[in-house]
Amino acid sequence: MSLLALLGVLSSAIYSGTSLLYTTLGEVIGERAGIVNLGLEGVMLISAASGFAITHITGNPYLGILAAMIAGGLTNMLFGYLVITRKANQLASGLATMFFGFGLSALIGASYVGAKIESLPRFLFPGLGYLPVQYTSQFKFDFLIYLVVPVALGVWFLLYRTRWGLGLRAVGENADTAYAAGRNPHLIRYITLFLAGMLAGLGAAHLSIVYTRTWKEFMTAGRGFIAVALVIFSKWHPLRAIAGALLFGGAVAFQLLLQASGVKVSPFLLDSIPYALTLLVLMAWGGTRKHSAPASLGRVYHGSE
Amino acid sequence: MTTLTQIHSKITWINKKPVQEVLRYLAIFLVAFILFGIILWLAGKNPIEAIYDTLVYTLGTPGGFSEVIVKMIPLLFTAIAVALPSRVGLINVGAEGQLYIGALTAASAALALPDLPAWALLPLMAGAGLLGGALWAFIPVWLRARGLVNETISTLLMNYIAPAIVSFFVYGPLRATGVASAPQTPDFSLSARLPAFFGTRIHLGLIIGLLILGIYWYVMKYTRWGLEMRAVGGNPQSARRNGIPISLYLILAMCIGGAIAGLAGMSEISGIHARLRPNFSPGFGYTGFLINWLAFGDPLGILLMSFIIAIITSGGDILQLSQGLPYAVLNILLAITLYVVLAKPSFFERKKA
Repeated sequence: MSLLALLGVLSSAIYSGTSLLYTTLGEVIGERAGIVNLGLEGVMLISAASGFAITHITGNPYLGILAAMIAGGLTNMLFGYLVITRKANQLASGLATMFFGFGLSALIGASYVGAKIESLPRFLFPGLGYLPVQYTSQFKFDFLIYLVVPVALGVWFLLYRTRWGLGLRAVGENADTAYAAGRNPHLIRYITLFLAGMLAGLGAAHLSIVYTRTWKEFMTAGRGFIAVALVIFSKWHPLRAIAGALLFGGAVAFQLLLQASGVKVSPFLLDSIPYALTLLVLMAWGGTRKHSAPASLGRVYHGSE
Repeated sequence: MTTLTQIHSKITWINKKPVQEVLRYLAIFLVAFILFGIILWLAGKNPIEAIYDTLVYTLGTPGGFSEVIVKMIPLLFTAIAVALPSRVGLINVGAEGQLYIGALTAASAALALPDLPAWALLPLMAGAGLLGGALWAFIPVWLRARGLVNETISTLLMNYIAPAIVSFFVYGPLRATGVASAPQTPDFSLSARLPAFFGTRIHLGLIIGLLILGIYWYVMKYTRWGLEMRAVGGNPQSARRNGIPISLYLILAMCIGGAIAGLAGMSEISGIHARLRPNFSPGFGYTGFLINWLAFGDPLGILLMSFIIAIITSGGDILQLSQGLPYAVLNILLAITLYVVLAKPSFFERKKA
C-alpha cells in the first residue's frame, strides 16, 4: 500500500462524501421544521437525472447544477403539498415520492444512458503547489467540494443565528406555539422543504455531473436513506453532519482500500459496508437520540382556527 | 417517529360493504391512470395506446391474464408481510430484504438436499424461507423494541444489505460450476419446484398466498389476538394498562410478517425461476408496501390491489416493448396511485361505518 494509493482513497472518499453532506444538510433543516422526508432517494434521483440531461443538452455543467437544484426543490414541493396541505402521513408520502423518483428519473434519463458530459473544472487545494504532480492530482477538487463545509456553516448560521431559523426550529418543536407567536407554520415548512430539496439537488448534481459523470437508473443507491440516517447520527445539527458525511466517506474509502490492497473480499459484501455501518452507528446512538429530536418531528400540523 | 393513530382510527374495514370498496379502488385507479397518461403524453408518448395495449394484453388474452396472476402471487405475500406489522403500528419497509433472505435460505435447503421427495423437500424449503425472513425481520424489530433504532429506517437500510448477501452467495459458494456466463445457482431438482397449473406458470404459491390472506382475515376479525393487535396499534398506552404484552406483539407481528415475505422469496424461486439468481426481485417488497397502504390493511383490498397492481406491472413490460420506455417508468403510476390515496380527495373519503 503506497502513500499514493492511500491518497487516492482519501480523495475519492471526499468525492463520495460531498454529495451525501449536501443532502444531509437539506434533511437537517427539513427535520428541524418537523418533516421527515424518506422521499430524498427519489428527490436525488430526479435531480441527478435532470441535472445530467441539462448538462448534456446545453454542454454547461453550471446550468445542469441549477436545473438539478430546481428539480429537487420542485419535487419536494409535491411532497410538501401532501404532508403540509393535505396533512398526509409523512413516512408514506416520502415512500410515494421515492417511487415517483424511481419512475420519473428513469423517464428523464432514458435517452442519456451512457452519454458523456462536460464536467466542472477542478482546482488544486491551495498551498499544495510544491508537491510532485502525481500527488497534486489527488488534491484537485471542484468548487462544490470546496463549498460544502461553508454551506454547512451557513445552514448552522441560518438555524441558530437568524430569526427565521428560530421560527423554523419553533415550528419543528411545537407548531401551535409557533403559530401563537405569530409564525406561519405552513409557509415556513414549504420554504424549508424547497431549500432542503435544492440542497438534495445539489448533492445529486455533484454525484451525477461531477463524481460519476454518468447517468444510470437507481444510481443514488440508497444515499437518500443514508442521509436520513445521518441526520439522526448528527443529532439534527448541521456541523455534526460533517462528521457523519466523513464517516460515510470513510466507509467508502475503507471499501476501496480493501480492494486496492488486494485482499480477496467479495465486492458485494464490501458494497454493503456503508449501510451496515450506518445501522451500527444508529444503534450506538439509539439510547440518547430522543433528547435531541425536534419534538413534533413527523406530526401533522392541523392548523389553529 | 410519527403518530399512526390517525391512520389506525380509519381502519373500519371490519364492518365494510365489499361493493363500496371495489368502487373506491376503481375510482382511485381511474384518476391515477389519467394523471399517468398526462405524464406519458408530456414525455411525447401515446398514452391511450400504451394503456389500451396494457389492458388488451393483460385482460384480453389467456396468456397475458395468467401472467398477471403469476405477478400477483409474490405481491399477495409481501402485502400481508407489511399489513401484519402495520396492525401493531410498525412500518415494515423491509419486505424486499426479507424476501431475498428467505429465497436464499430456501435455495440453500433445495441445493443441500436435492434428492428428497417433493412432499418432504417443499415443506423444508418453505420452512427455511419462513425462518430466513423471520430472522431478517427480527433484527430491526428487536432494535425497535429496545428503543434503539426506528424500524422504518433500519428496514430500509437492510434492504440494501440483503441483495448483496444473496449476490455474494450466488457469485461465490452457491454458484453453478461449468456455467461461465450467467451467475446463478445450479438448477433445483424437480422435487424442489412448486407444481404449476393449467399449462401456465401459475403455481401452488397462489393457493398458499390466498390461504395466508384468509388466515390473516380470520385472525384479525375473529380472534382475541387480532383485537389485541389493533389495541396495541391504536393506543399503546391503554393497551399496556390492560396488560397486553406490547413488546411481544411487536416482535411477533414483525417476525411473522418477515416470515411471510421470506415465503414469497421461496415461492418465487421455486415456482418460477427454479434456481437462485442475483437481483431476481423487481421490487416486490416495495410494491407490497404500497399495496398495503392503498388497501389500509383490508384483506379484500389487498386481494384487489394485488390484482390491479399486477396488471400495471405487466403493463411495464408493454411500455418497454411498444413505447421504448424503461421498465422503471412504471413506478410513476404506482406513486401517483399512492399520491391520490394520501391526498384523500373528499370523494374517496371512507364513509364512517
